[in-house]
Amino acid sequence: MTAIPIPASRPRRSAGTPGQIALALAIAAFLMMFLVLPVATVIYVAFTEKGTSTFTLVNFYDFVRTELFMRSLWNSFYVSAMAVVWASVFALPLAYLTTRFVFRGAAIVQTLGFLPLIMPPFVGAVAMQLFFGRNGSINLLLDDWFGFKIDFMEGLNGVIFVQSVHYFPFILINLSAALRNVDRAMEEAAQNLGSSGFRLFRRIVFPLAMPGYLAGASLVFVKVFDDLATPLLLNVKDMLAPQAYLRVTSIGIADPMGYVISVVLIVASVLAMWLSARALKGRDYATTQRGGGGLAKRVMTPMEAVFGYGIVILILALVLAPHLGLLLLSFATIWSYSPLPDGFTTAHYARVFGESSIYIKNTLIYATIAGGIDVVLGVAIAYLVLRTKLIGREWLDWMASAALAIPGVVLGIGYLRTFYGITLPGGTPLAALWITIVLALAIRRLPYALRACYAALQQISVSLEEAAENLGATKARTVRRIVVPLMAGGILAGFVTSFATAAVELSATLMLVQSNSDAPLAYGLYVFMQSAAGRGPGAALGVVAVILVAACTFLSHLIIERSQKARGMGH
Amino acid sequence: MLNRRAALAATLSLSLGASLATVALAQAPSGKVTVVTSFSKDVTDPIKKAFEKAVPGVTLEVQNRNTNAGVKYVEETKANNQVDLFWASAPDAFEVLKGKKLLTPYKSKATGIPDKIGSYPINDPQGFYSGFAASGYGIMWNDRYAKANKLPEPKEWQDLAKPVFYDHVSIAAPSRSGTTHLTIETILQGEGWDKGWRTIKEMAGNFRAINERSFGVPEQVNSGQVGVGIVIDFFAFSAQASGFPIKFVYPSVTTVVPANVGIIANAPNQAAAEAFIEFLLSPAGQEVLLEPGIRRLPVNPTVYAKAGPDYPNPFTDPRFQKMIGFDVDKSEGRTAVVDTLFDQLISFQLDALKGVNKVLHEVDAALAKKPNDKAKALAEEARVLLAAMPVTEAQAASPELRGAFTGGKEKGARQAEIESQWASFARDNYAKAKAKAEEALKATK
Repeated sequence: MTAIPIPASRPRRSAGTPGQIALALAIAAFLMMFLVLPVATVIYVAFTEKGTSTFTLVNFYDFVRTELFMRSLWNSFYVSAMAVVWASVFALPLAYLTTRFVFRGAAIVQTLGFLPLIMPPFVGAVAMQLFFGRNGSINLLLDDWFGFKIDFMEGLNGVIFVQSVHYFPFILINLSAALRNVDRAMEEAAQNLGSSGFRLFRRIVFPLAMPGYLAGASLVFVKVFDDLATPLLLNVKDMLAPQAYLRVTSIGIADPMGYVISVVLIVASVLAMWLSARALKGRDYATTQRGGGGLAKRVMTPMEAVFGYGIVILILALVLAPHLGLLLLSFATIWSYSPLPDGFTTAHYARVFGESSIYIKNTLIYATIAGGIDVVLGVAIAYLVLRTKLIGREWLDWMASAALAIPGVVLGIGYLRTFYGITLPGGTPLAALWITIVLALAIRRLPYALRACYAALQQISVSLEEAAENLGATKARTVRRIVVPLMAGGILAGFVTSFATAAVELSATLMLVQSNSDAPLAYGLYVFMQSAAGRGPGAALGVVAVILVAACTFLSHLIIERSQKARGMGH
Repeated sequence: MLNRRAALAATLSLSLGASLATVALAQAPSGKVTVVTSFSKDVTDPIKKAFEKAVPGVTLEVQNRNTNAGVKYVEETKANNQVDLFWASAPDAFEVLKGKKLLTPYKSKATGIPDKIGSYPINDPQGFYSGFAASGYGIMWNDRYAKANKLPEPKEWQDLAKPVFYDHVSIAAPSRSGTTHLTIETILQGEGWDKGWRTIKEMAGNFRAINERSFGVPEQVNSGQVGVGIVIDFFAFSAQASGFPIKFVYPSVTTVVPANVGIIANAPNQAAAEAFIEFLLSPAGQEVLLEPGIRRLPVNPTVYAKAGPDYPNPFTDPRFQKMIGFDVDKSEGRTAVVDTLFDQLISFQLDALKGVNKVLHEVDAALAKKPNDKAKALAEEARVLLAAMPVTEAQAASPELRGAFTGGKEKGARQAEIESQWASFARDNYAKAKAKAEEALKATK
């Protein structure tokens, strides 16, 4: 890593205003209360000796000595890294083509490219199996026509395939936001100096969008590292997250290994986040001119257009296959060992709409509040870390990022354990209130919003704020009038990511839902998918969830486009 | 901390007051009754509807959790319990809850329910939980899949070990699925510890997958990703009722066990909880079990008059009378050991196990064409290595192992330590078996 040192001549900022200190303390208190404390009550087990309550590291010794766990650790690293590679392969062309060129339907492509992220758990893998599974449509046809099959969904490669399709939007959305913020003047300067084409992209555009790419890539890495639904549904058990989950839920507190693995997961995730931050440290990505303004959009030649649209359609077809499968399943009567369902019906939708409007309402409320909490915290933390010299400010970042690595069940159990004893007037436990679900969702999704806000702020030059302050604006006013508006794109990206993924979160929710009337969509889906007759209605509910979140996403893209146009930044 | 304690004290006095009030009003149940259940919506919805009609004024609140998560939930929230009932298939889960003093005994007033189904007692002898439906264990398969892959109809567990079923069978992990645990335990009790494990491992050598959810198995078989599944009967019956091309058989070594319901200790609405149990065991409640989405076996023999002619009747069907006597105490004493053995020797070593099995199938095929004593002896040696167990039946139930697995207070061996030993035992044996099997294959040529 060759770091370009930041010139030391830059004026030293003060250690922090009282307002900043108060803000930092408030955030720290919030994170302590709803993240650290609940998780600590659980992982405390990892460091205690069986039978007694004395501190010990023997459990970690057992971890290192167990072949299965070490194999799982290695597999998790391998799968996560490969998923980042493939996710980049899917995301780069989509992000570049839609932001670099005048591209008809860019908002639609961005929205469709975002959809895989909001594939609700369970249904996603079920739908992928229907197409790509051992006896899925493609393999049945291949076998029929050519007499062979392809193992799309087998073992670690299957996990990599599903995960890169599932999580590539993290890279897409962050990279697109970053590309939109790249300063046109930089590009023009390079062009004036004779650079063009791929060289321009490689040397100027991509490096300038690096914070966005790394923000996305590190999210993909960490998410894949700690995701358990996909490996479990593909029956891959020798990965770390499934091992933790299996032990925590089937053996329980009698055995510390589940919690030891959770600690390893958390450490590995924080490490990955730290490395990606490290890679950017000391380099300056900020551009002064209006905080960016986006690349100059170019019109494609006819040949380029054919090629460009071809690639986009190909990628979209692949990554949207699970949604098509889900859609078919939601209209299917019986779909069993055949390329297509036996027949079609709308009965599943009738059943879902009859029973599930409460799920939809709850989901919208929960995900909106959670997303709101996340961007407020995200902006605040990013600001404190990047713009102040407060001591220990990075701890806020690490704490919030660590949330990414905490398995949903661990957080769920932690919440029950910490908040169930606290009763409200009337005898209801705090953990039984729906707001607890919202807080769990907010904590789980905070890292997404934080990464996006962080990347957005990294691209804004400090000198803009300094100018405002020199002209007499207070810090608070500067943040309100300069920083937040310039970060708008990143903030919105963060909100959409948090909102959309919170809307389909299951693992923490499942532990915390206390009554059907408080349950969100993902829970309803889970309940439906437990029976043969519920498969269709479950898929229908999944389609509803996807459409709902997609509509919100599309709306937010329109808002971004419009705001850029309004500021004269768009094409 | 002080606040928390004060809050706790307040809750305690409140809930004490509430339970006194409940006793006074025991005659007229009303309000909300909350049930934690592993049953799917297709089961709970019709029962909720029928119950709320039969007992006006009471609403049934259903919390859907899988059995293990449900037990953990009840345990985690016992300080301020808000749940009235636990309602699930696996009797083991109720034993665990009972052992942790999380259930309240209740004796139903329902009449006409016999003491036993097959050879299994329907109710807990101390009255902590009551059976309301029965289910047997068996094999389901997808007819389209079977025809396309030319699979014969399986009849016994041993059939699934035949070469033709290689890579076509699926099961849930017993550590994750209470019902699958009982299936494994049934085979172990029916065939004995050593022979039982041999059967299980020979079947496992043909497994396509080991699922984490009970429902993962019927789901794969229904969609045709896997041909054959080891399941509890109603998964097959309800899939048939939904129109899937599914068939099902009970092997002769199997058992039929009750699905149960029990009242949680300190239930906030005891009266309504009792009303729910009374309803479930009443003829009206029992008849709901016959609905296509449910298809469980009622425990009231007279209800079968209303079932179709093809509906299995465990009270008259001779197959069920021959089923083995299932020893619950034996099962309970070694639950964790059996599950962990399965995980360490089978789930996490499946590829190795399958690798040996594949070679052995090839040896069998070659031997069928041209007998060869040396190859036959080598193959049998390989099979013995595969079947070997790191612990005997007596050790499995020993206090030392139980202590290591239940987090007993005494300092002893750690679970992770023992697991590591078992895993290397399996790895070494499977490697040796593989060498023998390959030698046998060479000898046939």
